Amino acid sequence: MKLNRRRFLKYAAASSAVATAGAIFPGASFGSWQNLSNNSGLISWQKAPCRFCGTGCGVLVGVSDGRAVAVKGDPNCSVNKGLCCMKGYHSVQMLYGKDRITKAKVRKDGEMVEVPIQEALDLIADKLQKTKDKHGKDSVAIYGSGQWTIPDGYVASKLFKGCLGTNNVEANARLCMASAVTGFMTSFGIDEPMGCYEDMDHANVFITWGNNMAEMHPVLYSRMLANRKRRTNVTIIDFATRSTRTSQAADKSILFRPQTDLAVANAICYEIIKNDWVNWNFVNEHVSFHKGKTNIGYGTEDHFAFKDKAEGISFEDFKLFLEDYTPEKVEKISGVSAKDIKYMAALYGDPSLKVTSFWCMGMNQHTRGTWINNLVYNIHLLVGKISTPGNSPFSLTGQPSACGTVREVGTLTHKLPHGVVMNEHHREMAAEIWDVPVANIDPKPTYHTVEMFRALDRGDIKFIWIQVTNPMVTMPNLKRYRDGALKDDRFVVVSDVYPTPTTDVADVILPAALWVEQEGMFGNSERRTQHFAEIVKPPGDAMSDTWQIIEVAKRLGFEKQFPWTQDDYIGKIWEEYRKFHAGPKHEMASYEVLKKRSGVQWPFVDGKETRWRFNAKHDPACTNGKDFDFYGKKDHKAWIWARPYEPAAESPDSEYNFWLNTGRVIEHWHTGSMTRRIPVLHNAVPSSYVELNPEDAAELGVVNGEMVKIISRRGEITIPAQIKGRGIPPRGMVFVPFFDESYLINEVTLDAFCPISKQPDYKKCAVRLEKA
Amino acid sequence: MPIFSYLAIPTSGAKEILCASLATLPHCEIIPSDNQEVVVLVTDTPDEATEDELQKSLKNLQSLQSLSLAFGYDDKKKKGR
Ligand code: SF4
Repeated sequence: MKLNRRRFLKYAAASSAVATAGAIFPGASFGSWQNLSNNSGLISWQKAPCRFCGTGCGVLVGVSDGRAVAVKGDPNCSVNKGLCCMKGYHSVQMLYGKDRITKAKVRKDGEMVEVPIQEALDLIADKLQKTKDKHGKDSVAIYGSGQWTIPDGYVASKLFKGCLGTNNVEANARLCMASAVTGFMTSFGIDEPMGCYEDMDHANVFITWGNNMAEMHPVLYSRMLANRKRRTNVTIIDFATRSTRTSQAADKSILFRPQTDLAVANAICYEIIKNDWVNWNFVNEHVSFHKGKTNIGYGTEDHFAFKDKAEGISFEDFKLFLEDYTPEKVEKISGVSAKDIKYMAALYGDPSLKVTSFWCMGMNQHTRGTWINNLVYNIHLLVGKISTPGNSPFSLTGQPSACGTVREVGTLTHKLPHGVVMNEHHREMAAEIWDVPVANIDPKPTYHTVEMFRALDRGDIKFIWIQVTNPMVTMPNLKRYRDGALKDDRFVVVSDVYPTPTTDVADVILPAALWVEQEGMFGNSERRTQHFAEIVKPPGDAMSDTWQIIEVAKRLGFEKQFPWTQDDYIGKIWEEYRKFHAGPKHEMASYEVLKKRSGVQWPFVDGKETRWRFNAKHDPACTNGKDFDFYGKKDHKAWIWARPYEPAAESPDSEYNFWLNTGRVIEHWHTGSMTRRIPVLHNAVPSSYVELNPEDAAELGVVNGEMVKIISRRGEITIPAQIKGRGIPPRGMVFVPFFDESYLINEVTLDAFCPISKQPDYKKCAVRLEKA
Repeated sequence: MPIFSYLAIPTSGAKEILCASLATLPHCEIIPSDNQEVVVLVTDTPDEATEDELQKSLKNLQSLQSLSLAFGYDDKKKKGR
């Protein structure tokens, strides 16, 4: 037995290395490697989506003696076809960190004391009820995550919006993809990408807009590189504000000054029109032109409010608007040469080339995030390169279920599982499915994420329950929000798997089941819903976030709305939830189908997945009798928007003379609370650092590893320098990864946001540097 | 009783020599790539002392440019948790 078990472990080890090699050396083949997976079942393999990024790779989790021991890529999953990145391969080790939270804790006389989980749940229900009775329904809130499973988010929304009657439901996906949503809604009237990953196998040109895919979506990036290797006519352009691993592997790297992507996108449209590369058949049939408000602000003040107003314009008006964006004028604003702007425009404009644009945080974490999303759609719409294989404006998502749980379930203050709280019919639908009086659902949204934590600081919110996220590392302008959470009469509940700076501010900590310790579903970037079973048992008293919420709901008297038992709740919740999406525009697969397959794309109509939406050949929801139907909008057209360049909320000046840009590294997932407990990943990048341009470093007199103080108007941190590391910022910019709680870079960042999406801009604020 | 897998990258043009050297080391199995300059190395040592010895031998290989860990499993750690 033992020998066989070790043989299988060696198999898992080999499979991990072979696939890692495949990711690093696209197309690498290992002919001598025997596939042993069909041998004895000493390790049993079960499918799941990867726990980490929004790529949504399918994995097989190997279990031996009730313990997850290995991961390999799932060859049946079309996302990754058996590949994984290093985070995926090592992911099972995150389950077994030695400081895993396994018992509930409650603050008593200032100390956190272990209690039976049922006692903690009693206390949460009691506190929630009393706070609501004393301070009103909008004094209680829940803050979740794009790492919530779909059932987690669904029960949270049902309890808070449907039963308690407050729209105080938000999720950290507000910080990562809200601008993508408002981009889709304003351009197409319906959320989520029209294309799919298969676009990569057809496109001739890939343009990454501020998107370091080599580190953030590595499996997709290697699929892109594999395509370039296999086909001769593939070009990759990296359009970014700093040089990264993506730039190194690209055919051409073009750097722009922060925020000026707005101007460059407009200049590309200018060139397309000037050279008559417009696809007139497409534009005349399927596009209408609009403008909105300008000088829209930055949201840095409490209670900031903004509502955009769309006005129809003509093509001629749009053309006139673009006169301000000739490549020569934009060269001065952006630092991108007119020649490079014309080069990019020519790629989009050439009718013989299929073009896919990818973006993620660079465009979304942007004080004009909605606008820049609109502008990239403008380019694709003008040339009609959309909704067909290889022609795809593709907004990638960061988290494994930002799409599935936050966008589709609607765990944002204004959203419902179908539609928005402001719409009477959508409220009626929710009330009927949830079996609550329609008057329970408040038609007014309350707080988006930044404003929710401001309300906690002000005392408008007194009770907050935080699940599957770590806002005491990730909130911009962090000090204000940490101080707010620590105020005396605030009650903070945190459900998590490891101690974090967020559990540090908690009054109650609940031990949560992690990933395959529970059953659930995620939804990835390409509209794919992925089911996973409970593959191993959660440790100690840990329970799923879904079941924690149900326990509290039952205590609050909502047994009727939450009638399920622990044996069958996930399947029952799924079947209830999918009623919201019935119909060809968003039909979801049944629970039974999801259990069998390695992910299913919606709309899933008559047993068929929809790969290209709005294209009548592929999408059964198209009804206008034409080749394309942009049915999200009442006019059945996609909207082109005239959106100007406006500067960032804070730019370098004589006092604070550097841009600060923040982000991630391939080894770590977000705040590192899981990946820093995986030895291989932790040892690869054990601590954070500040990337400096070599000339700036020389001027400052610092060498690699020396400490640098980064100071903004909000705070400061001291952090080791990295010069000529994996990323090189241009002169006048520094970059800091945010995975390391020992170096809280968000003490320094600014809580400015896009006034339409309310998503903060983590990529741009002004700092100065000192040698420490 | 650790099991590890690595990507072994040979120094320029030395893949054959690297494969030959690794094949002679105890507790090592190799899977060379057919078309790329990379070799998968799987090690399976009975105890920590042997593992340390092996690590030293690996470090001394002239034909080895770099070794990146892809997978790690250690029985001892499991019992300790
Ligand atoms: S690319 Fe993302 S989903 Fe795929 S294995 Fe890596 S972290 Fe997981």
